[in-house]
Amino acid sequence: MTEAEAPRHSPGISPGRARRLAFQRAQRRRSLSIGAISTIVVFGTVALVVVNSPGWEAVKESFFSWEDFKASFPEILSGFATNVRIFLIAEVLILFVALVLAVIRNSRSPLLTPLRLGATAYVDVIRGIPTIILLYLFGFGIPALRLQGVPNSQEFWAITTLVVSYSAYVTEVYRAGIESVHESQRAAARSLGLTSGQSMRFVVLPQAVRRVIPPLLNDFVALQKDSALVALLGVQEAFRKAQIYVAETFNFTAYLAAALLFLLLTIPLARFTDYLIRRQQQRTGGIRS
Amino acid sequence: MKRYIALIAVLGLVLAACATDGGDGAESGVSCEKENLTLVQEGVLTIGTDDPVFDPWMIDNDPSNGQGFESAVAYAVAEELGFTAEEVEWVVVPFNNSYAPGEKDFDFDINQISITPERDEVVDFSDGYYNANQALLGFADSEIASVTTLEELRAFRLGAQVGTTSLDFINDVIQPETEPLVYDTNADAKAAFDAGQLDGLVLDLPTAFYVSDVEIEGSAVIAQFPTGGETGEQFGMLFEEGNPLRDCVNEALANIDLAAIQQEWLSDGVDAPVIALD
Repeated sequence: MTEAEAPRHSPGISPGRARRLAFQRAQRRRSLSIGAISTIVVFGTVALVVVNSPGWEAVKESFFSWEDFKASFPEILSGFATNVRIFLIAEVLILFVALVLAVIRNSRSPLLTPLRLGATAYVDVIRGIPTIILLYLFGFGIPALRLQGVPNSQEFWAITTLVVSYSAYVTEVYRAGIESVHESQRAAARSLGLTSGQSMRFVVLPQAVRRVIPPLLNDFVALQKDSALVALLGVQEAFRKAQIYVAETFNFTAYLAAALLFLLLTIPLARFTDYLIRRQQQRTGGIRS
Repeated sequence: MKRYIALIAVLGLVLAACATDGGDGAESGVSCEKENLTLVQEGVLTIGTDDPVFDPWMIDNDPSNGQGFESAVAYAVAEELGFTAEEVEWVVVPFNNSYAPGEKDFDFDINQISITPERDEVVDFSDGYYNANQALLGFADSEIASVTTLEELRAFRLGAQVGTTSLDFINDVIQPETEPLVYDTNADAKAAFDAGQLDGLVLDLPTAFYVSDVEIEGSAVIAQFPTGGETGEQFGMLFEEGNPLRDCVNEALANIDLAAIQQEWLSDGVDAPVIALD
């Protein structure tokens, strides 16, 4: 927007161009002020309506109490460490498992047909089941079998469920990336004497993965938020800590504190994703700016 | 911009103050005649409770059959206030919704809600209708079954439902070495216990007896803790803050024979060993 502010009466500029520049400046000023006014009017009206609603005093007290925010925050923060641990471990496993599944789905060897079928069925079935239900099935169902050697820890099953569920989505992201690599790349690799596996490993995947980094990060943001689901299994993560505080005091501010912690992680990540997308577009010549 | 926000805020506060002032006209000298009661629905006593509800508080997940301790108490109160059984209507109120700000769609909520000073600031409670002892549920053949003191109990992995005084009891009184497991509902907590994910579950005593007798084979009430009693933990009915109906319900509660209802529906708990509080 601010680039190329041409000097007003520099001698090198024709009168026509000067007029054009002046007109563009006026247009910019106009859209800026319209934007500012409409923003103030819209948000101001919303704020007025909320603040003047008959229940506002009660809502303010129970959702925006600074005392309760301060009192609940340390516990919630300690719970949030559990969220971070869970989603970091899960993300590493998901990226690996999904990549393997995606490669299997895109394999061409007739020998691998049963594996291919299995991977397709896995994605279809798991993607169709809500994560929360998977969590109940895995977290309460499998330990109840009381099998020898099967771990019994809540966090283990929480992470397993997230890995199982998210791998199905991320497999599809990888697959889209692999399929976006032009067939000629593979053909060229094969003609150079690379085996099918080698051309996947050294030619297709490096291009595919780079292309899907933004959607992968997008799924990572979703995973961070879904790490709150593991509270169901008894794990005291940030949301559960907040819920405990809320139930003790009947004041909802603690939820706000938990939301803030999630935002502190997801917003920078979302901005970073946007940045990567922009950079990629510039690189591949999609948009010049 | 800043001034604008401040202006909005001031305006809002003024308007809000005006809006809330109108509410509390009728007060004091409450008459508990049925036609003078303030009700959410004319001529009907609307009572809230969760869904599902469990034995022995209510039977067959049906609050309207008058069976189970809380259902029986609710109908006894309704009768005292002059309502027939047909004039009682039940609405589903999950525990976490019962204290949300805003208008309530029930006259009172009965759902084993413990009276605490913090909660009392946000809602109103009736007098206690039950003195709740906490109890420890464990498998009879497991290590926890031999525990006889609070100190020994600290080494075990315990669990409870979120928002319950059972959880507070674990945190404040038992203070276990490992962080307790906390579940959304008692049903989840029981499932985890049954799956062997925790050593012991803390519940109120009647629920613990029901679980050990009927629901989970091999489990037993390992101990009870004398947390109830006149000065201890009590269950109360929950009202919207300032609801004048509360005084009438208290009057009704004083007139009904709670001990007899308790005798009918709740185990007396004498066969569970008591672990003294320090």
